[in-house]
Amino acid sequence: MSRPVQYNAKLKTVEPPEGMMGDGFMATSLEKVVGLARQNSIWPLPFATSCCGIEFMATAASHYDIARFGAERMSFSPRQCDLLMVMGTISKKMGPVLRQVYLQMAEPRWVLSVGACACSGGIFDTYSVLQGIDQIIPVDVYVPGCPPRPEAIIDGFMKIQELVGEESLRRRNGEKYKELMGAYGIQ
Amino acid sequence: MSLTYETIQKKLTEKFGDALTNWQQPYGMLTFTGPKDLNLKVLQFLYDDPELKFQFLTDLQAVHYPGQKNEELAVVYHLHNLVDNVRIRFKVFTDINKPDVYSATALYRSANFMERETYDFFGVNFIGHPNLIRILNVDEMDYFPMRKEFPLEDQTRVDKDDEMFGRGGTMGFGTEKEEDGPTLTEDHKHNEGSKIL
Amino acid sequence: MAESEHILLPEGSLEKQTTTLNLGPTHPATHGVFQNILEMDGERILSAVSTVGYIHRAFEKLAERRPLYQITPLTDRLNYCSSPINNMGWHITCERLLGVELPKRVDYLRIIIMELSRISDHLICNSIVGVDSGAFSGFLYLMQYRELIYEIYEEICGSRLTTNIGRIGGFERNFTNTAFERLEKFLKEYPAVLKEFENLFTRNRIFMDRTIGCGPISAERALNYGFTGPNLRAAGVDYDVRVHTPYSSYQDFEFSVPVGSTGDCYDRFLVRNEEMWQSLSLINQAYKKVQEFKGAEAEVFHADSPAYYLPEKKDVYTKMEALIYHFKIVMGETEIPAGELYCSVEGANGELGFYLISDGGRTPYRLHFRRPCFIYYQAYPELIKGGMMSDAIITMSSLNLIAGELDA
Repeated sequence: MSRPVQYNAKLKTVEPPEGMMGDGFMATSLEKVVGLARQNSIWPLPFATSCCGIEFMATAASHYDIARFGAERMSFSPRQCDLLMVMGTISKKMGPVLRQVYLQMAEPRWVLSVGACACSGGIFDTYSVLQGIDQIIPVDVYVPGCPPRPEAIIDGFMKIQELVGEESLRRRNGEKYKELMGAYGIQ
Repeated sequence: MSLTYETIQKKLTEKFGDALTNWQQPYGMLTFTGPKDLNLKVLQFLYDDPELKFQFLTDLQAVHYPGQKNEELAVVYHLHNLVDNVRIRFKVFTDINKPDVYSATALYRSANFMERETYDFFGVNFIGHPNLIRILNVDEMDYFPMRKEFPLEDQTRVDKDDEMFGRGGTMGFGTEKEEDGPTLTEDHKHNEGSKIL
Repeated sequence: MAESEHILLPEGSLEKQTTTLNLGPTHPATHGVFQNILEMDGERILSAVSTVGYIHRAFEKLAERRPLYQITPLTDRLNYCSSPINNMGWHITCERLLGVELPKRVDYLRIIIMELSRISDHLICNSIVGVDSGAFSGFLYLMQYRELIYEIYEEICGSRLTTNIGRIGGFERNFTNTAFERLEKFLKEYPAVLKEFENLFTRNRIFMDRTIGCGPISAERALNYGFTGPNLRAAGVDYDVRVHTPYSSYQDFEFSVPVGSTGDCYDRFLVRNEEMWQSLSLINQAYKKVQEFKGAEAEVFHADSPAYYLPEKKDVYTKMEALIYHFKIVMGETEIPAGELYCSVEGANGELGFYLISDGGRTPYRLHFRRPCFIYYQAYPELIKGGMMSDAIITMSSLNLIAGELDA
């Protein structure tokens, strides 16, 4: 069964950053290039605990393919990932585990909180559920929904991409970042 | 010949006499109560008897009736005879100050986790259980959350706006709650743990 | 299992000791959060201790706070891969408590929805068994068809995964023509894909070598451990709640219950595949029966019990009785009989039971979920003892452990 060859002419190429173009060279700032490279090759760690994990599986499957955005390799080891995607309810028993995983990640690291339960506890306002993961780790982007549609998860991922592309190279060593980490009790 | 509820009741009263009480059939399932000392003997009899053959433990859990003195916690067993397709319910009551019940793990391996869950939620101490520790809640928890006196929400939260959730506050909407009082929705529940049977 | 040969190693030497491995709550292959502390001798597992509760959300305590119709979203999140079955099970329990009789068309529509969700659950489970044994493509092929099922749910209730589908007494709206068209598209395209999936795995030498003999359990042990559902049927016992205690008019349909023999991963895989074929046949039969209703009967989508089923909004705004019923239902003044009731349905993992004690008030006095995953997970340490580490992973995914159902 042969499939007809298709040429996809509707490709969206990434625009080169601003800089000085010359004959065979281009000069731009390091931040822009590094940001460009990082934002299009984010390796996520899918920390899937419950129902949002199934929507993540649907996002990673072929219909809503998140690999198009650079997240081809789902790293399950925190040492090798850039983005911690927390999907699903985090209970108080799981809290220390999540914090441990976050601490094991290497800088630069971002956190995407997917689903109502991870953002704020969701419908489970009970004694055993952590009311939002931002009580224990700093979060960059929140994706609400119960569960959020794959399009919403991809939208959150694209916002993370913007954050990654715009980030200054010195941010992680600065005072404000240290204060933020200090607020969570992280060295 | 299929197994009928009359046969089951007759056999059980032959063997245990008046110890088994409160024979009812709510919504078509035979229910009876037994003393907590005899629970294993009743379960073993139901398991071994060649005609009764209740060899599948469908469910095991507890219910808290704060209104019934000396019999606050009920441990409920749901048994199923797969061959003749008959289900029964067996209840055992125990005092909340001394909630010791014999464990059914020797007879049904499926009772292991179910008894741990019952211990975790209600504090029923199953004698003879191989590993009776908390299973679903955090290990450091020192109370039994499913008992009626404990609230649903986490009481250590500071960022929850009680005003907007209709339980307390200072704006004078008539929803103030007194210090250490029950949360308002708990207050509104008009079931005070009366005996359901 | 043969002990690995230690060639005359002295007692107490490092090579003779066992290692403790934490197959922790976060692990790529545990779908959901379970922790197992394994005692291993090299690659062989000697013993395991399981810890659960990492996603305990206190459903039972929450249910004591909510009126009956508000508990349905909670039941969604039990076995979230097949939430319509949980929803329908809860509705059936409430209808039995309240004494509501359903018309046949509603029953048949419910069967269509429940069997679709059974297909979607088994689809995930089998494709994940494939992923865990290294074959990723099966997952991608089948997830496409899960999207088709999601589109059907969206047309009926608006949501993809945690559906909250139906109401006590029927459905919230009649199935539109679009829903039936999407259903027909699914019924036309899915069998070919399932056949392709089976061709990839069922007689695949590598898959068979990985899964045959992996995590077997005998029928008596399975019954003693409280197994139900496909895991029990793979061990050889044909217990299916749909046949034993038919609910929602399952007795009007012809279907067979597949049964395995050894209870190992390969049997579980085959039983689930065959159940998907049986579900397809059930959907076809139910759909044919639904199409036979003509005229006014074809508009029936809920029971005629105004005391428990919200009246239509246009009636609420124009008729007095509808307004009163609406008020009573929403404010919780309806007559709910006191009593206790245990009702079970055949979930995708086994017998999902609801033990409801009502005291006549608006909210249940006690609601307990008999969750099949929780009960058969106790057998996991015994299933993996003596096997290799990778077999433990495949056993876990073939048991179809869903964390939401395990911890509730």
